[in-house]
Amino acid sequence: MLQALNRGLRHVPVWAVWLAGLIPLALLVWDGMQGHLRVDPIRDIEHRLGRTAIYMLMATLAVTPLLRLTRVNLMRFRQALGLICFTYAACHLASWVVFDMSFRWAQMLGDVVKRPYLIFGMVAFCMLLALAVTSNRASIRRLGPNWRRLHRLAYPAAILAALHWLWALKLWESWPLTILAAILLLLAQRLPGFPRLGPPKATTSLRH
Amino acid sequence: LGGKASAYSTDEKPNSFEDITNYNNFYEFGTGKTDPAEYAGSLKTAPWSIKVGGLVDKPGSYGVEDLAPDAALEERIYRLRCVEAWSMVIPWLGVPLASVLNKAGVQPGAKYVAFQTLLDPKQMPGQRSAIIDWPYREGLRLDEAMHSLTILATGLYGKALPNQNGAPIRLVVPWKYGFKSVKSIVSITLTDKQPATSWQELQPSEYGFYANVNPQVDHPRWSQATERRIGAGLFGGRQETLMFNGYGEQVAGLYAGMDLRRNY
Repeated sequence: MLQALNRGLRHVPVWAVWLAGLIPLALLVWDGMQGHLRVDPIRDIEHRLGRTAIYMLMATLAVTPLLRLTRVNLMRFRQALGLICFTYAACHLASWVVFDMSFRWAQMLGDVVKRPYLIFGMVAFCMLLALAVTSNRASIRRLGPNWRRLHRLAYPAAILAALHWLWALKLWESWPLTILAAILLLLAQRLPGFPRLGPPKATTSLRH
Repeated sequence: LGGKASAYSTDEKPNSFEDITNYNNFYEFGTGKTDPAEYAGSLKTAPWSIKVGGLVDKPGSYGVEDLAPDAALEERIYRLRCVEAWSMVIPWLGVPLASVLNKAGVQPGAKYVAFQTLLDPKQMPGQRSAIIDWPYREGLRLDEAMHSLTILATGLYGKALPNQNGAPIRLVVPWKYGFKSVKSIVSITLTDKQPATSWQELQPSEYGFYANVNPQVDHPRWSQATERRIGAGLFGGRQETLMFNGYGEQVAGLYAGMDLRRNY
């Protein structure tokens, strides 16, 4: 059953993940064109892009725990998931610059260095940017063991992204708190001592 | 429903009825901007009574019609500036709060006015979560309350106030951040002490008692220098926030000599 699933997954092309990952963006554009965003489209665009970026980051961070706990192997899709996350984060930032702040650079710069929620968001974005530009094979080869170390930035980036969301709100709202808890759980799976399945038995790996 | 035109009205273009009634902060019905429009139908606004008490000559329970008779309504087209740095223009129908307080007879010792929103989690589903210490409470200094810009509104756009906007009767103080303008009022109490207010209790470093619109005093977590006018479209940009939301000429005198950085 598991082997059949993993075999099947090997036939799923990576572009299919890209296509699926861009559905939320397509829905947002569709809602915008149909006038479904209603009273404050800027807020809806900005917030939906930001939330989707966090969900995509969580999907990326779920690949390893999923493999360890269930042996379902999505490793082939992790790079695409990470890049889709970065795409949404970049669109989220662009919607803030263009629609929300309408290029008021002085206020933006002043706010980014002063406001914790913007500092959290901007630092998280810079981390994701570093990950995105080094996500190719050439960087993996060139950076060697440092590549793994660099890409652990995904962990603090996820926490900062959730704090960015929470800090922008007037109250402690339950949904972003749930998301932060889920992110912490995903990261905790990486700590030593957390349950995981052992490596697959030799017989199954010989079949490859 | 109609109201006499007022010299206090702005000539800026009001937001659409659609905007005003579908973009609300009314946490009694949820924290989302469209939650009030979606869930406020459960609020029963008639019969409704408002308890007027404390340091007044004629305390008692009054109906909405007693406090704001239809014949006395004025149309006040006011800017509304939310503490979240967005704004709207709203054509309210209401009566000066001063007229209500004068009818009740303010006693000499009174210095503040305290307001309360209805507490009823059955009608107000948002009150089932303890995000705020319900009921919602707000307050004004007596001179702010008596100022002719301060009104109790019972309608907007020539119609009775929709539930999501604070039916059947709410406060409107146009030079203060929107959260001061308490909705669905059930009690008005004259006191000699500054009353506790909901947002100040929740986060005193972020929300003060005065909450005057002030572009020079930022919210600790975001700037108040500019605002986004709702309904301006994707490329509507931002506009400079005006001191006292543009009502400085009328109200700056109330705060003469006060340090507005400390009394935010």
